[in-house]
Amino acid sequence: MKLAYWMYAGPAHIGTLRIASSFKNVHAIMHAPLGDDYFNVMRSMLERERDFTPVTASIVDRNVLARGSQEKVVNNIVRKDGEEKPDLIVLTPTCTSSILQEDLANFVERAQMDAQGDVLLADVNHYRYNELQAADRTLHQIVKFYLEKARKKEQLPQEKTEHPSVNIIGISTLGFHNQHDCRELKQLMKDLGIEVNEVIPDGASVHNLKNLPKAWFNLVPYRELGVATAQYLEEEFNLPYVDITPMGVVETARCIRKIQQILNEQGANVDYEEFINEQTLYVSQAAWFSRSIDCQNLTGKKAVVFGDNTHAAAITKILAREMGIHVVLAGTYCKYDADWFKEQVSEYCDQVLISDDNGEIGDAIARIEPSAIFGTQMERHVGKRLDIPCGVIAAPIHIQNFPIGYKPFCGYEGTNQIADLVYNSFTLGMEDHLLEIFGGHDTKEVITKGISADSDLNWNKEAQAELNKVPGFVRGKVKRNTEKFARERGFSEITLEVMYAAKEAVGA
Amino acid sequence: MTLAQESTSLQFECETGNYHTFCPISCVAWLYQKIEDSFFLVIGTKTCGYFLQNAMGVMIFAEPRYAMAELEEGDISAQLKDYEELKRLCLQIKRDRNPSVIVWIGTCTTEIIKMDLEGLAPKLESEIGIPIVTARANGLDYAFTQGEDTVLASMAHKCPKSVKEEEEKEERNAIHKLLNFGRKKEDISQEESEYKDHPPLVLFGSLPDPVVTNLTLELKKQGVKISGWLPSKRYTELPVIDEGYYVSGVNPFLSRTATTLMRRRKCKLIGAPFPIGPDGTRAWIEKICSVFNIEPQGLEEREAKIWESLEEYIKLIRGKSVFFMGDNLLEISLARFLIRCGMTCPEIGIPYMDKRYQKAELDFLEKTCNEMGVPVPRIVEKPDNYNQIQRIYELKPDLVITGMAHANPLEARGINTKWSVEFTFAQIHGFTNARDILELATRPLRRNNNLKELGWEKLVKEEAKI
Repeated sequence: MKLAYWMYAGPAHIGTLRIASSFKNVHAIMHAPLGDDYFNVMRSMLERERDFTPVTASIVDRNVLARGSQEKVVNNIVRKDGEEKPDLIVLTPTCTSSILQEDLANFVERAQMDAQGDVLLADVNHYRYNELQAADRTLHQIVKFYLEKARKKEQLPQEKTEHPSVNIIGISTLGFHNQHDCRELKQLMKDLGIEVNEVIPDGASVHNLKNLPKAWFNLVPYRELGVATAQYLEEEFNLPYVDITPMGVVETARCIRKIQQILNEQGANVDYEEFINEQTLYVSQAAWFSRSIDCQNLTGKKAVVFGDNTHAAAITKILAREMGIHVVLAGTYCKYDADWFKEQVSEYCDQVLISDDNGEIGDAIARIEPSAIFGTQMERHVGKRLDIPCGVIAAPIHIQNFPIGYKPFCGYEGTNQIADLVYNSFTLGMEDHLLEIFGGHDTKEVITKGISADSDLNWNKEAQAELNKVPGFVRGKVKRNTEKFARERGFSEITLEVMYAAKEAVGA
Repeated sequence: MTLAQESTSLQFECETGNYHTFCPISCVAWLYQKIEDSFFLVIGTKTCGYFLQNAMGVMIFAEPRYAMAELEEGDISAQLKDYEELKRLCLQIKRDRNPSVIVWIGTCTTEIIKMDLEGLAPKLESEIGIPIVTARANGLDYAFTQGEDTVLASMAHKCPKSVKEEEEKEERNAIHKLLNFGRKKEDISQEESEYKDHPPLVLFGSLPDPVVTNLTLELKKQGVKISGWLPSKRYTELPVIDEGYYVSGVNPFLSRTATTLMRRRKCKLIGAPFPIGPDGTRAWIEKICSVFNIEPQGLEEREAKIWESLEEYIKLIRGKSVFFMGDNLLEISLARFLIRCGMTCPEIGIPYMDKRYQKAELDFLEKTCNEMGVPVPRIVEKPDNYNQIQRIYELKPDLVITGMAHANPLEARGINTKWSVEFTFAQIHGFTNARDILELATRPLRRNNNLKELGWEKLVKEEAKI
């Protein structure tokens, strides 16, 4: 058992549902107790979805516990098949069905006999995989299923498209700024003269999956979702893939050069150098921004980055390489893919933190006292408590992270958006400090250092009042040093005397 | 389908139970705030944690006094000993938060693997010195607000009995002195005399403190004294409950708690409509008074005055229809109130219908329909959301009260919706809060009145088909 207050990645079934509900006309049926269909609420609220989320539950209740699901799951599948006529129904196991150990595969087979559409059992074990891994697996599973089906029916297209073309793999519902990224990537492909063959899973129809091999290559913008599918397509159809996330000026260029290489290997004979140059210097503002006086002021400022692999790695590189910001710590909650992350960021930050314990991250932030944080909603709230500004760069996210305005993170417009995000985070911090120095005089509450709040030291009234007079941006440091001093000397209460003694001793 | 038959007595139906609602573990969100010295430990999986984290939104970040005991594969396959694991976590909670009570919330998983929480609790309780209350608020058996019911039913067992005669003198005096410090004896007896002489009354149901004060004063006006509330602000202040005490519920979803109080604590239940809406509040007070042989004073005028002040809102909904998809068990009371406001109601969906506990409320609903001259609603237990949406397309109600999963899609199809969960978290009890119910219920209508001129009501491309 683990005591947990917060989790970064959701349970496995959420990943499966994200894939199923991204496709057009695919329905997911969860084998779950009442209340586990919370996914529908999230999709309806966060994405402000106009359509009913194509997810229903086959309810596991007391009767099911006693007698097994028996006909129930099969009936629910067949019923949904009749009502909605989906192309595919994905039976989705949950933590509950994982321990019930019913033969869901058998139910799927039986339902398949009566259903018009296809029926699949999502191959995800709740206790082995999290949301992101499950999404990756489910996408792979569905793609594989339809390609094999087409191969059996001999409907696989044999030819590549006439002009260079690409499949964009990994755009999904409830993904961080996925819709905007998708639009930006399509535009980028258009600018490069590359046709978009298919985008999966978002908005795709399962009938079109058989067309995937027609593309010249696959683009996988996110590390977490789509790699398994791209690898499968490479093995089966010799379809190369580009998995460099085009996020930030340097990485976007790297991604485009890789595309160039792949296309030229297939005889396209393209040269994108001129395009990269033009975009970098004159179209995107980010390169110019990093030369401007504004960005000069950010030089050497301390930042902490935390998020999923894709975004935390990309932002770390942007901060360190493109803006000259000092990334003290970069971290990810994708523990299962930690090696990749370390390899990506090691040269761009002082420390790497691999953890999914929000307390650990909160404590690290408190200890480091960065000028800005780039993290998830959780880090934003840590920042609130510690008075440190935070830019949100990765899921878990709230409704405000599903903007309706155009806000991609990928591509050249993405670089502009990120520059704004970074700059706004830091200026807000500076403004705050200037206010404090020049008569920002509302006596704020003292910063608590350490999220676990286990401080055993008492500040008496006078000392507390004195501490409040210390300007906000150094107050934390003074407090910490004083407490350290007191602890070493064995004082249990901090008085004015102790404070001054600490100041003299350690310059607190 | 037989729709809206002109029947005057209530009909009950039961569908498939394929409906959307919150998991009952959500009750920790409001109960940890209500019971200030408690800590809620939800023993479940990532799924439970993910739900709480997302459903409770910003509350998560406010250092809540609740956490997940997240079960791992070793717990499921019994490689780890439940007792040792729970002890480790509870000691950590004791060290970090030092609560006066730890409430274990059992979930679907603990049910399926048959973790004996009720058996483990007393042992661990005596070992770590903190009371442990066990509640099985799982999605296999319960819906949403019923979670509170399971917690309060367990807490009912923990309510103290009044102290024995010999000890009482000394201790009572001490407590009395404490409670009445600084006040003269006359004042105290004068205060006592404001109440009529009646057996002790304990109310059950978790309400925000302002609402508690409000209802307490409302009964005080009639000379009825409330000896205690289950739950109270702190676990250490749970009310004394002795055999023969009277109890009354303030919410429609508390049937287990009511049963426990009657059977295990030998209390007498006052079955009344619930104090939701001015009509409900009045009926609730009247019923309590009648049990105590008190002639209620000035209630009719009080109710009339409230109705008068609500006219602005009622104008907006009079003659309109409302459809409850059903997810929080407040539906019967809310429908009864809205019908009294002049609405019609073709269907009330409800997760679970305890016809005995809600009897007075159901009778009141029927009476209200007859008095207002509208057909009685059909009451659909364990509804099927898919079928309900077909009926909604057919009936075209002016307002659908529903969960968030359906609200946006229905709005996009030009159907006004109100998110049902808001009724659970808003203050809706007593005379004073009737306005808040209508504020909620009329909000979509007022909003859409504001937007009427724009002419974009249906915002989905094809003809609506779910």
